Amino acid sequence: MISEKNISYISLISIFLIAIFSEYFNEPYLITLLSRIIIFSIAAIGLNLVLGFGNLISFGHAAFFGLGGYVSGILAIHAFNSELLISWPFLFNGSNNSLIIWLFSIFFCSLLALLVGVFSLRTSGVYFIMITLAFAQMLYYFAISWPSYGGEDGFSIYVRSTLFGINTMKGINFFFICFFWLLIILFITSKIVNSPFGLALRATRFNLTRVRSVGINPFRIQLIAFVLSGAITGIAGSLYVDLNRFVSPSLLSWQMSGEFIVFILIGGLGRIYGPLIGAAFFVAFEQFFGSYTEHWQIFLGIIIISTVLFAKGGIIGFMLKYQKK
Amino acid sequence: MTAELLIEQFLNGLQFGFMLFLMSAGLTLIFGVMGLINLAHGSLYMIGAFSAAATFAFFNSFWLSLLASFSCAAIVGIVVEKTIIRKLYNRDHLDQVLVTFALILFFSELVRWIFGAFPLYLDVPELLNGSIEVFSGIYYSKYRLFIIFVGLIIAVFLFFLIGKTNLGIQIRAGQHDREMISALGVDISKLYTLLFGIGAALAGLAGALIGTIQSVEVGMGEPILILAFVIIVIGGIGSIKGAFIASLLVGLVDTLGRFLIPWVLQTVTNPSDAMSVGSAIGSMLIYILMAIILILKPTGLYGKQLS
Repeated sequence: MISEKNISYISLISIFLIAIFSEYFNEPYLITLLSRIIIFSIAAIGLNLVLGFGNLISFGHAAFFGLGGYVSGILAIHAFNSELLISWPFLFNGSNNSLIIWLFSIFFCSLLALLVGVFSLRTSGVYFIMITLAFAQMLYYFAISWPSYGGEDGFSIYVRSTLFGINTMKGINFFFICFFWLLIILFITSKIVNSPFGLALRATRFNLTRVRSVGINPFRIQLIAFVLSGAITGIAGSLYVDLNRFVSPSLLSWQMSGEFIVFILIGGLGRIYGPLIGAAFFVAFEQFFGSYTEHWQIFLGIIIISTVLFAKGGIIGFMLKYQKK
Repeated sequence: MTAELLIEQFLNGLQFGFMLFLMSAGLTLIFGVMGLINLAHGSLYMIGAFSAAATFAFFNSFWLSLLASFSCAAIVGIVVEKTIIRKLYNRDHLDQVLVTFALILFFSELVRWIFGAFPLYLDVPELLNGSIEVFSGIYYSKYRLFIIFVGLIIAVFLFFLIGKTNLGIQIRAGQHDREMISALGVDISKLYTLLFGIGAALAGLAGALIGTIQSVEVGMGEPILILAFVIIVIGGIGSIKGAFIASLLVGLVDTLGRFLIPWVLQTVTNPSDAMSVGSAIGSMLIYILMAIILILKPTGLYGKQLS
């Protein structure tokens, strides 16, 4: 029986099993790819919360991904070099502890999302798309021209952050951490989406006047969703930097924001597991066609265009439709 | 700092603004009339620049390559409109963003495939080489003046086209009520194709003109595309007048900001800090400008109020 639920469970289990087998057959590259898929899907799940369920087309989610990345990169590099990060009100050397790094990422990304949300949610439609893009570009150009942390070149962080003494430099261990995060995020988002709050959020995309008339303030709902969404995407940025042990302004680039939207679209808009399927497809596609030609993006372009024009609903939608026939 | 330097920077800002206008005019018309967000507008800019560079390599003529830039861009634009873009007019913004994002991937990779990853260069013709005295004692590049001149001519042409001609009436009517003008017997799909072609031609021309100053390379279109979007949002979507004023505003703020902010900061901190902090703030300036304008006027300077 093909249902959305089954597709989701099957994909989660297969990713987990592939990782175990890859470890057994000693294929570290495959494990890295799987971790990448998971991290990208966490980022897109964050975006999907506002885009898929609230119909707020943010074209600037790379800002949160990148900020999460920079926050954890900066904390880690200061800890590594034992350099003072701040001297007031207390001395702080950065940190190499994952829990602290994640906490900081979540805090700063929520703060940024609150700021961006307060301004951008005043607008709607194409203006919203553009103002979110503008905020992300602001950060991007700031990162490029700010010389303290590598400017255009970015910087390396050498070692991954540590969690409860686990050896995170071992690929499979890091994969488990990412996988665990994915499960948490999936659990939280499905709880949110099906809660009264989630219903109100889903209602805002249809009729704002009606939402107001039942006594809900749509701005507040959208803002809370935007902050949650930014925090989730920020965690993904943190994990991504840890995975690559490298921070660069390309995390903040608008292509990154575009790719998050593509993951959601390929998987299926407004479905909790859509981003996971989409990211898996995207990375697999990149690997497969990338091994034949360096110009694989031509084919990616064609696939995206045909998906939008002819196969609305993405992969999950397609499978469900196929099932009905 | 001298007055000459300031005037030169001012003219640079003006020149940049006029080029941005060529990009944003097409973009704002396409959005205003067809309701389409066209991210691929930067690709047309790139295609214009590359066709100019290829023509220049063959015939070694600047003027021929200029001709090639806008005609090739227009042809590609019309083909893309007829095959793909046309299907998007009735879709929501998300679909438009995605498809035109995919078009960028497609065109960038295709151009890289054909021309390789190395930048190409175009030469300024003999006639426009060197500089000329604009005010007493102040010299300025002839070529950049030429760009300002071209931008000015096209601005006048567009205002005439939109304000005084039959086509302009149809375009303006199309912005207000699409169904009504097609009911009145205007072939709306032909109008859309024509408009998209004009937008593409302007973008291609801008690509060749800027490509001559900078270099012609894959990915050259996206930074300027984002600036063009900032402009049409500041100016108010659909308004040529708004696009014109916002283009000059953004061109001047960006150029003068990058130049003046480090210089102002030098008075309070040491030169190297002033340089790095100043350039960081300078590059963010137009986005800050946009955020402020949108907060004060959520539909831009000359945009229609949201109902």
